[in-house]
Amino acid sequence: MSILVDRATRVVVQGITGTEGRFHTAQMIEYGTRIVAGVTPGKGGESVDGVPVFDSVSEAVASTGANASIIFVPPAFAADAIMEAAEAGVGLVVCLTEGIPTHDMILARRYLDLLSVPLIGPNTPGLITPGACKLGVMAGYIHRPGPIGIVSRSGTLTYEVVHQLSARGIGQSTCVGIGGDPIIGLSFADLLPMFEDDPGTEAIVLIGEIGGSAEEEAAAIIAERIEKPVVAFIAGRTAPPGRRMGHAGAIITGGTGTAAAKIAALRAAGVTVVESPAEIGRRVAETIAAA
Amino acid sequence: MRIHEFQAKALFAEYGIPVAPSRPAATPDEADAAARALGLPVVLKAQIHAGGRGKGGGIRRIDDPAGVAPAAAEMLGRPLVTPQTGPEGQVVRTLLVERATPIERELYLGMTIDRVRRRVAVMGSRAGGVEIEETAKADPSAIATERVEPAVGLRPFQAFRLARRMGLSGTNARATAKIILALYQLFCEKDCSLAEINPLVIDPTGAPVALDAKMNFDDNALFRRPEIFHLRDIAEEDPLEVEAKSVNLNYIKLDGNVGCLVNGAGLAMATMDLIQLAGARPANFLDVGGGATAEMIAKGFELLIGDPNVRAVFINIFGGILRCDVLARGVVAAARTVDLGVPVIVRLEGTNVEAGREILRGSEIPLRTAGTLEEAAALVAAAIGEGE
Repeated sequence: MSILVDRATRVVVQGITGTEGRFHTAQMIEYGTRIVAGVTPGKGGESVDGVPVFDSVSEAVASTGANASIIFVPPAFAADAIMEAAEAGVGLVVCLTEGIPTHDMILARRYLDLLSVPLIGPNTPGLITPGACKLGVMAGYIHRPGPIGIVSRSGTLTYEVVHQLSARGIGQSTCVGIGGDPIIGLSFADLLPMFEDDPGTEAIVLIGEIGGSAEEEAAAIIAERIEKPVVAFIAGRTAPPGRRMGHAGAIITGGTGTAAAKIAALRAAGVTVVESPAEIGRRVAETIAAA
Repeated sequence: MRIHEFQAKALFAEYGIPVAPSRPAATPDEADAAARALGLPVVLKAQIHAGGRGKGGGIRRIDDPAGVAPAAAEMLGRPLVTPQTGPEGQVVRTLLVERATPIERELYLGMTIDRVRRRVAVMGSRAGGVEIEETAKADPSAIATERVEPAVGLRPFQAFRLARRMGLSGTNARATAKIILALYQLFCEKDCSLAEINPLVIDPTGAPVALDAKMNFDDNALFRRPEIFHLRDIAEEDPLEVEAKSVNLNYIKLDGNVGCLVNGAGLAMATMDLIQLAGARPANFLDVGGGATAEMIAKGFELLIGDPNVRAVFINIFGGILRCDVLARGVVAAARTVDLGVPVIVRLEGTNVEAGREILRGSEIPLRTAGTLEEAAALVAAAIGEGE
């Protein structure tokens, strides 16, 4: 069992004819993901690795029944690609692009909210349901199917955690990278209830980092409605303050944003917060053994 | 990206936001000429990319024409220390010479991106001239906020409502609402991440004037704002960070003793945390990213080795898109050109890890390799212990 994507997910790749899009399309197909269409404006009629290319997402959806989109489009055009996917009626949009202007993302996210289409990312490695569907650029072979749901703001730190789990024989139901940008789609607070409701997930690992307030919002949801055990790690306890966080931005989020505040909020919600990134696998193993 | 006050005020003028007459000056003579042209009294304002300038003596009012050049000579070419600069301060290279504005009241106006609500937040307060964080702590009710619906933008009624909540009425409120709308237009058209006017003063005639100007811009949008990118002042940035940025490395200098080179921001922060838990302190944040080349790795490695405080280097790579063999080749190339001098701990995992480990083993460079993060932490602790 899993959340968001499974063997039935039919995927359209936006930006399939670019270097990244082409490479990762082949990787995803090799993993077993059902890539049914690609989109590059002006290149309709071509094909990439046997995947038909369309000029627009709506044509791709009409011809192939694609129900999820993954976006490998350069930053200047990515917000438009996100909106195009949502307008075409796919049920899930995953955007990997790093470096999208924040003002563009404000509009794109608002548009997706109006159409009620969920977005993963941007600036994410994507998501994977091990053994069933890889919708991203993570190395598939480090994952194995199993009972742990993972939600993370990071890329390689997630690989590290997956590796620690898999090395102990603990598999994953679905791993979701929510993305590292200020404006993203689904956040921890949206994904935690999905894992709670997924019968294939027994415990959840949350990997957060300093800045913003996604972890504090997660803590509120956990206290309210998550019964399954949650193990968390917050990266950046030693990071210098003020380097990335804006001046006036700190007012809106109040006292939040520091690792200490996030850890305190999560602990108060009953979450097991791990201090060392080297010990996440061991603590998850202990947690599921005790449950 | 940050810009100077005088650059922000030039943008204000372009958008019809009232500012006092002013001129930038890089020498005492230029400051003297500017003051004579503008008319006394003037205010000399140090142009550095940090706030709190008044507290550090970076803002001086001069009434006597003979006083301008000596005061400018005292301020220029010297580091200015403010609560936001750090103890070494920031060298003043430019002054803004501005005609003094008579002040009746000081207000605050600011715009930023509210990440939680995913829209622009416009904030106003009747308490200007003080740090807005202090106002937020002392009396949160003194800050009024208007949130902008992205589909329609900031509406005039909202701007007027905010002006009223800043304590203004009548024509003053209308004039300030116009400023709020103009600043919002500037904020959107130039891809700002932060804009602040603190203080926005009301002069004795009731007219609002932007006495200070602070603007930050979204680095991700600079590709389409060449006129903003052009305003970048590299002298205000850390030279090592500028060098790193020129080869697309994300580097931040810290004051610890263990240099670290990592792929991915989250893993880089986690690695810094691990170093601290091992009893040492991280000397830097260095994310080489997912698409690093052997040349970029070599450059990053040189940056770490070049830091005199560094007593050990820890390379932690989880290969995904960045393959371990590419990383290993970069490390070997760098290690051959520089004198290592300190222990180097390498932990590789992920894509092509065996090929990467083989390259390191075959290089005959004295590296200490770890299989897991736990082993790496122990090696870091041991390396620091040796130097004691």
